[in-house]
Amino acid sequence: MKSLSEIETTSKRATRAAGFSWGISEEVGKCIRILELFGLPGIKNLNSYFKEKNSKNFENLKLINKQNQPQKNIFCPINIGVNFLDQIRTIETFNNCSFKNIAYPILLLPFLSRSSEVIGKKIIFNFDENQFLLNFNISIFSNFDNEQYPFLAKDVKINFLDNKDNFSEIEWKNLYKLSEETFVEETDSLKKSAAGAGLTDND
Amino acid sequence: MKIKLRDPNIIMKLSRLGSFHQSKLSFLRSFLNEFKDWEYKRDLFDLDKDGFGVVVYSFTKKERVYSLICFANKIQDDERSDRVIATKWDAAFTLHDGIPNRNDIERLKKEVPKQEVGRLSYKELTLSRANKSVRVFDHVVENLSNGKQPNLDLIEKVGYLYRTTAVYGSGKFGLADRFRIKNRDEINGPFRLEMMLVYLVRQFTFDQVNHVAKNKNPKKAVKLDLKICKNLGIGNSTGLGMAPFIVNHPTLLNNWIMSREKALKEIREIKKVNQEDFDLFKKCLRNSIKNITSWNTESEYQLKKIKDLLNDVKKLLDFIEKKFDFETDYPFNRLYLWVEKETCEECIEYIVSLMMEPYNKIIEPLVKQMSSDEDKYFTIPTNRKVEDLKLIIESKYQNILSVNFEKKQNNKKFWFISKNKEEPRIADRFEESGSELEQPLAIARDIKKLYEKLLVTKRNTTIDNFLIDNSHLRHVVRRAFIIEKFPYSEIQDNTISEKTIPIDMLRLKLSFFGALKFDPRSDKWLRICMFQGAPLPNELKNYDDHWVYKANS
Repeated sequence: MKSLSEIETTSKRATRAAGFSWGISEEVGKCIRILELFGLPGIKNLNSYFKEKNSKNFENLKLINKQNQPQKNIFCPINIGVNFLDQIRTIETFNNCSFKNIAYPILLLPFLSRSSEVIGKKIIFNFDENQFLLNFNISIFSNFDNEQYPFLAKDVKINFLDNKDNFSEIEWKNLYKLSEETFVEETDSLKKSAAGAGLTDND
Repeated sequence: MKIKLRDPNIIMKLSRLGSFHQSKLSFLRSFLNEFKDWEYKRDLFDLDKDGFGVVVYSFTKKERVYSLICFANKIQDDERSDRVIATKWDAAFTLHDGIPNRNDIERLKKEVPKQEVGRLSYKELTLSRANKSVRVFDHVVENLSNGKQPNLDLIEKVGYLYRTTAVYGSGKFGLADRFRIKNRDEINGPFRLEMMLVYLVRQFTFDQVNHVAKNKNPKKAVKLDLKICKNLGIGNSTGLGMAPFIVNHPTLLNNWIMSREKALKEIREIKKVNQEDFDLFKKCLRNSIKNITSWNTESEYQLKKIKDLLNDVKKLLDFIEKKFDFETDYPFNRLYLWVEKETCEECIEYIVSLMMEPYNKIIEPLVKQMSSDEDKYFTIPTNRKVEDLKLIIESKYQNILSVNFEKKQNNKKFWFISKNKEEPRIADRFEESGSELEQPLAIARDIKKLYEKLLVTKRNTTIDNFLIDNSHLRHVVRRAFIIEKFPYSEIQDNTISEKTIPIDMLRLKLSFFGALKFDPRSDKWLRICMFQGAPLPNELKNYDDHWVYKANS
């Protein structure tokens, strides 16, 4: 079994060898580590991506907008990922954004996961029929159950979830009421003696 | 009185970092302190008459067990080499998490002796190998087997029976990643398990030499005197592999140096020093003369440093005896200021280390601050402005900005990874090929490039926009935002200059390990000794904390 440290270092060096800058390579190393830590096939897809990188002539995008479409080819997931992470505070103000045609969408996932941590909001990443919920870079949930991740995400939608409860107020109140059963009703004597009583706090 | 932390522009210069010495903060000393009340055991001793086979040692506390598994192998003399090209060693070691079963030992027997080309598992924590100092080992065996103790001059000159040539941890070759064990209290300090491995290897060398001598002449053989054992450490040959580490782990580097600087600051701020503490400082200082005079090296570079150190330490002792009154206020501050003014860099840092000796209360909390959660500071704050970045560079890299990298001598070297051994190397970019594959270790040059770019960029541009067209500078943008929070995270020097002495970088790291007697063999590798004078495992429960200054006594 390869350690995560080996995975990160080798991915970083391979990315540099594939023509990216050292700074971008560091990001990719970190992201492949995240994928493998979460049990997702990072190494496998990074390999496939590098094999096709030159022949497919993936397209870069400098500024990410609410809607993004490649001019001729397919978007590069690493370029989109790094720019998404860098520009996340602007993109967040869109509430959602969409992309057409991103290669190896799984490689975009860790960048979105890290973005979720940066802004402190959950992110939902939909492509085609698949959905991924990115939880502050702590976990990734998905309905995707196929071993083979697709080479292409034709229709990508990204939503930022507002920080709100996953439960109703009634559900909360019921649980809170039950939790109160661990509290002690204060008698007059306890009121006087159990919280540093005896001192005047407004003298 | 409030004392300022020392200026990173002075402390983080290579010549200063290359003058650092071990201290109470050093990892081997904090390891001994942490594990002193653990139960030490030799669990398995299965060596043949020539000393080849398997030995297992362990440290245990409650449910936790760490086991060192040693494999001693027969190799030919011409196969023995300390250089990285070696493929066989006299002994190979791994620290196993828990108690190894028979299957573990069989599995590891096939992998551990192969070192870099073997595969370890998440159950192993560190990996190492070592070679005998043949002349000392054979001499000791010969004498012990004849009922005599070895020649003390030879023992003192070399200082060890074995020297390691690499100690690996943190995920290398399949070893456990740091994250698997980082929440264990007992290893809340850098390189603690590496230190455990080296410490137990030291005991293995004594047990093996006694065993071989006994088998050679069962009737007459005696055991190596425990006093001699105590004055033997473990040697280590260290090359450039260590140098990139301190560049690649900026927050960790900061936390090591910051702990040292905070310790010094707190000691200088003590208004009244009690007699006992000052006496202890003086005693360690006096005893340390023996450490300096027994420091052997053939390196002219180091010999000069040792000579200057010895002169300055004697000068300081004389000053303390004749002119210094420690009963006045802030005596350590006054002493430090005198040392800074009157002595060489080697001596300044030597005295800083010594000043820590009486102050467990100051040092122990700092030991706990020497690790780092590096991922926390990895993401670039891209909402910041170019103006912010420019100001950070101007305030934190002042000296770097004055270097002219157009001059050949300032841009002469490049760092690369050797394809043959996957190890870092340094070479002349104007004479050797390969500089197009340069590693990102020329931080000073790249920071200057970044600064020049920032000068022609609109001040209110956000960093995300700046990075769109300046991806090649991304690695140093990250570092600049790190140094904003971590002032000692960066070497404030040019690591690709004609004048760069790479062993200064190694010396910094080795001093934090707790190494003694740096012996440069060139400007790119050196030998050191670890644990010389340290308590033996059966003495750990009650040992003298200032043992470093009692070696050879």
